[in-house]
Amino acid sequence: MKRYSFSNLILVLGLLFIYLPMVILVIYSFNASRLVTVWGGWSLKWYAGLLDNSQLMGAVMRSLEVAFYTAIAAVALGTMAAFVLTRIPQFRGRTLFGGLVTAPLVMPEVITGLSLLLLFVAMAQLIGWPAQRGLTTIWIAHTTFCSAYVAVVVSARLRELDLSIEEAAMDLGARPWKVFFLITMPMIAPSLAAGGMLSFALSLDDLVLASFVSGPGSTTLPMEIFSAVRLGVKPEINAVASLILLVVSLATFLAWFITRRADKRRARAMQQALDDTGTPTFRQVIDSRKAMTPPSTHS
Amino acid sequence: MNRLRMNNGRRLVIGVPFVWLMLFFLLPFVIVLKISFAEADVAIPPYTEIFSYAEQQLQVVINLGNYIFLSEDQLYLAAYAGSLKIAFVSTLLCLLIGYPMAYAIARARKDLQTVLLLLIMMPTWTAILIRVYAWMGILSSNGILNGLLQGLGLIDAPLQILNTDTAVYIGVVYSYLPFMILPLYANLVKHDLSLLEAASDLGARNLSSFWKITVPLSKNGIIAGCMLVFIPVVGEFVIPELLGGPETLMIGKVLWQEFFNNRDWPVAAALAVVMLALLLVPIILFNRNQARALEGKL
Repeated sequence: MKRYSFSNLILVLGLLFIYLPMVILVIYSFNASRLVTVWGGWSLKWYAGLLDNSQLMGAVMRSLEVAFYTAIAAVALGTMAAFVLTRIPQFRGRTLFGGLVTAPLVMPEVITGLSLLLLFVAMAQLIGWPAQRGLTTIWIAHTTFCSAYVAVVVSARLRELDLSIEEAAMDLGARPWKVFFLITMPMIAPSLAAGGMLSFALSLDDLVLASFVSGPGSTTLPMEIFSAVRLGVKPEINAVASLILLVVSLATFLAWFITRRADKRRARAMQQALDDTGTPTFRQVIDSRKAMTPPSTHS
Repeated sequence: MNRLRMNNGRRLVIGVPFVWLMLFFLLPFVIVLKISFAEADVAIPPYTEIFSYAEQQLQVVINLGNYIFLSEDQLYLAAYAGSLKIAFVSTLLCLLIGYPMAYAIARARKDLQTVLLLLIMMPTWTAILIRVYAWMGILSSNGILNGLLQGLGLIDAPLQILNTDTAVYIGVVYSYLPFMILPLYANLVKHDLSLLEAASDLGARNLSSFWKITVPLSKNGIIAGCMLVFIPVVGEFVIPELLGGPETLMIGKVLWQEFFNNRDWPVAAALAVVMLALLLVPIILFNRNQARALEGKL
């Protein structure tokens, strides 16, 4: 009993430790004083000033663009990787494949950044592409490491799925692609959304990879912030940082909410099916899936 | 026909991510290794070619100079040692703080668990750069922490915390704590509580059953959490750059300076190769652990 309350105390203190700095940052972004540590009353002037800062706004747009395309590509790539890891038990090079999928999770960013840059330089010499580094090379770098996160999120969901549903569809003559898009995909949709939002947030945040593989004119928001804060705290940056915290927290909350709601709905549907008939038959499960997809895709 | 199509589809679904990762993750390391044997040169790109074709013979010029240079300069050795020390100590701190937190979450009510997990997870999705930046305002000599301590009369003159190793430890633990808690929680929540009840029925006290049952059972969670903190921290750049001082030597920062300030790409590549060699064992350990988790064997 004593240990139990000790761990609760640490939990509360730990959460305070995690959230207090962010709360302080947001409060001080409304500080009217230019001296960041002296409180000069509430003001919105740093937020208003942001809109006139075209350099910063340009960086914001570039970052959002890269993050958007990264999210799409990372979900596609990460889902494929997760599918391979959970559904294809044997093929040549499987151990290597598994290692390649998980290693980007822990690889220090300076190593990945440097090695990707050297790859792009070598490729430019050899085949003339990429002629210039910029948003495309940043996108490639971000997609590579974000797809590892997507693979982890999606494979967790794929593992929980009842394989018999997919097998039943296969037995009834559905092609593997059809099984994936009509049956597997709707069931893992929440984790795809979560993986996409996670990739978006990770891409928006990355400084090190982007610094290595960016070129002239492709300064992203973290690079802009980093060069501004190297020498100290600035009120304009407090405002940008607070806005980013807001956006990312909202995206996280949304991802969590979507996943949770889908979980609850599925649990309810399962319970209902069990209540109706005692045990669900494959036929019923498949019929209910069919009913959820638009009829046009069946023709 | 159908079988053939299936095999093609299978090949495609394995092939696309495999080729992407080979091209953009594995091949780059080979190139880093190659360039670490080159010499710096005033050219574009700024290094010499290793393979050359002269007099109808392929010539390979391997230059170990970069590695000899690294081993002779105290700066680099100290930076590697500094990185390993900071990574080790902060991993330990994360484990000491994170374990009780993960334990408390795993034993909380089910509906409370999801909320607590969200609270832990949210920061891992939020910009690390910004969360480190938040500490700059708190720790600086005219910052909030010093103001608070002086206001309470605990200290007379402001403490120098920002730009010291202490600030780096605070920043690292702060940024990486969630990565320790999540795998620990995932492990602790699966424990069969009847084991603890049985131990207590047999007369074991809470603390001894904790050390003899809970801790050994959570071994895989501890390994995963420690690796998720230790490996990236060794190469950390943002935290030592923003919170550390001139005496904070970490290899990620040195590599960055070597590349961006000195423009010595071959030495930067050699630094990366040595760092990777140091991290090889932890990375393999993590990968094994993770591969089993991905396949659901944990």
